[in-house]
Amino acid sequence: MKVSLFITCLSDAIYPRVGEAMVRLLAAHGVQLDFPPVQTCCGQPSYNSGYWEETRTAAKTILKAFESSDFVVSPSGSCTYMVHHYPELFKDDPYWLKLAHELEAKTYEFTQFLVQVLGITDVGAHFPYKVTYHPSCHGSRLLGVKEEPIALLSQVRGLELVPLPFAEDCCGFGGTFAVKMSDISGAMVEEKVDHIKETEAQVLVGLDMACLMNIAGNLRHRGEQVRVMHLAELLYEGVGVS
Amino acid sequence: MNPAQSTQGTVKERAGVALNNDFLRNAVKFTTERLRSGKQAASAEHGNWEEWRERGRQIRLHTIAHLDYYLNLFVDNARKNGVHVHFAPDTAAATDIVMTIARNKQAESVVKSKSMVSEELHINRALELAGIETIESDLGEYIIQLAGEGPSHIVIPAIHKNRYQIAELLSEDAGEELPPDTTILAGYVRRKLREKFLGADIGMTGCNFAIAETGSMVLFENEGNARMVTTLPKTQITLMGMERIIPSWEDLEVMATLLPRSATGQRLTMYMSGITGPKRTADGDGPEEMHIIIVDNGRSEQLGDPEFQELLNCIRCGACLNVCPVYRHIGGHSYGGTYSGPIGAVLTPALNRNVAEWDDIANASSLCGACSEACPVKIPLHDMLVYLRRRKVERGHGNRWEALGMKGFAVLMANSKRLNLALKMGRIAQKPVVHNKGITLKIGPLKGWNTYRVTSPMADHSFRENWQELSEDTRRTAPPMNAETRDRMEQILRQRRASGIQGGHHE
Repeated sequence: MKVSLFITCLSDAIYPRVGEAMVRLLAAHGVQLDFPPVQTCCGQPSYNSGYWEETRTAAKTILKAFESSDFVVSPSGSCTYMVHHYPELFKDDPYWLKLAHELEAKTYEFTQFLVQVLGITDVGAHFPYKVTYHPSCHGSRLLGVKEEPIALLSQVRGLELVPLPFAEDCCGFGGTFAVKMSDISGAMVEEKVDHIKETEAQVLVGLDMACLMNIAGNLRHRGEQVRVMHLAELLYEGVGVS
Repeated sequence: MNPAQSTQGTVKERAGVALNNDFLRNAVKFTTERLRSGKQAASAEHGNWEEWRERGRQIRLHTIAHLDYYLNLFVDNARKNGVHVHFAPDTAAATDIVMTIARNKQAESVVKSKSMVSEELHINRALELAGIETIESDLGEYIIQLAGEGPSHIVIPAIHKNRYQIAELLSEDAGEELPPDTTILAGYVRRKLREKFLGADIGMTGCNFAIAETGSMVLFENEGNARMVTTLPKTQITLMGMERIIPSWEDLEVMATLLPRSATGQRLTMYMSGITGPKRTADGDGPEEMHIIIVDNGRSEQLGDPEFQELLNCIRCGACLNVCPVYRHIGGHSYGGTYSGPIGAVLTPALNRNVAEWDDIANASSLCGACSEACPVKIPLHDMLVYLRRRKVERGHGNRWEALGMKGFAVLMANSKRLNLALKMGRIAQKPVVHNKGITLKIGPLKGWNTYRVTSPMADHSFRENWQELSEDTRRTAPPMNAETRDRMEQILRQRRASGIQGGHHE
């Protein structure tokens, strides 16, 4: 059984601790992850900007990297959803289209993999903090990951989950949008952080490092002390101290 | 013209004006929050919302796929009812038809109910240039007409104004000081409009739905003004987009459920008028003469386009505006067209076929997908925004620097060794600008980003550099997979293969 880690650019370069938490957490449940080192980026920046030819180049690298995997698991709902665009990109190319359909069927976001594939909602974690959860748009709305993170969080001992007002509103990241339309994006992240502050949570948890990087960046800019974590980190840390 | 409404400059510049206007942002935020929570409650209370959304979508898909048939059926039936039916391929033709009718009737005044098509055609301007008094009778439309602005929302045209600003406008209109009390303000407009209804030569309306099987037109409204517009003046002119058709009254039941619940959270609209031809001898009131102008104005361009045909399914409820986080911050005028929000961002370039403006509007979205999720007929608006961006690039209108950057991106992503090298170089390059584990530098692409954030630097070691050690460590210490987990995973693999998906390690 070959279960491969699709690390995604941000977790690779900026947040390797998220990948490490996933690897150790899954290993504790007997799942040894494989890591194809030839993987690069899912191609989302170029896809969303309209450069589909460039996207195909990135997509081919990913398709080849995971060709022999039985399961692929990734710490990002957004990058996982990007794989669902691959069949559209290769609709006129039977060789790559076949690989695209395969990858689409076997790729899971981290909490989908834990809950749907492994059937685990209780990892035995203890995390005695007030936590609020931001459901990232692509993961929750497009990929449909809504129940899984809540199921996992509700089993964590000592954790108080406080609802985030207007949780489903976009944090304003949007990839190149945050650079091209920086003032609109800035207004959106400011509003998101206002809502996070309203909850008085000590920790903000999410499933997508891009959105979390955006929110954490604004929290720090405003001098707020809220800790920002990927759910994999929270669960792993919670297992460690229990 | 009001600066907030200017179509000059870029979306970014117009948005910049709106972002600095706290009145506008608070007003838009206040009302959109009320509307979207109303919609949420009304769709939850409905009980079968998703099923009805699919029903609505199927009706629209079917109608648009057979638009030629249903349009002909509608026109034949409307003519049998005594309606004068006209076709207008574009703004000039539509304006010409309206002006000809007005001249024939020697009209001095027109009273209008709310119509987005008339806004799209700028028909008020044409009538006023000819010296014909033109009065909007929808409260919101009346307000923006006084302000000399266009609508900033499909359903709530004056959403960007608060009651103090409205009181100011109406006080000027009344020639006396009116208090910022909504009941008093609405009362003033009601009295004023009553005279206008009685004196108008022509009543002009839009059309929410046109029923093919009987040649009828249907209006949804909350104020009763459209009913006055369609009963008092002797001549009625209805402007309708060519895609407003639905086959039958039975289909209207679905639309009459989807539209008000999606727009305002109402179970039903306050007034729903179905009008089948002009006044008959036995009728107490109604127009003696009735014209319907069917407007194309770029709509037929979407027919047969697999990526954009579904735009014609839109029922103009405004739900996508009310959930849009971008719209909430920049308001409708920033979009620079008659239609705003996510639907406007796609519809405006689609109707105008204006490639040069595409980048502008389509980029003002984080692609969060809230619009597509809210749409009662499931139009994939966030996908369409990406298609617009792609068409612009394909037709050579992309930003030169961005195109170059994307070429570089592809070169790096084609090969992990190149990516690794780039990451290593990035780590060296960032050293002088990282302070206290953060980057606050505000130059180049970081300027806008770091105005609102502190950037996290790259880690000292990337995940892939740590991998070997991490992997060896977990292999040494972790337990083997238990039988139950293995069974679950193998079961999933079997199901996947049964559904025709091959591949993987176990081949």
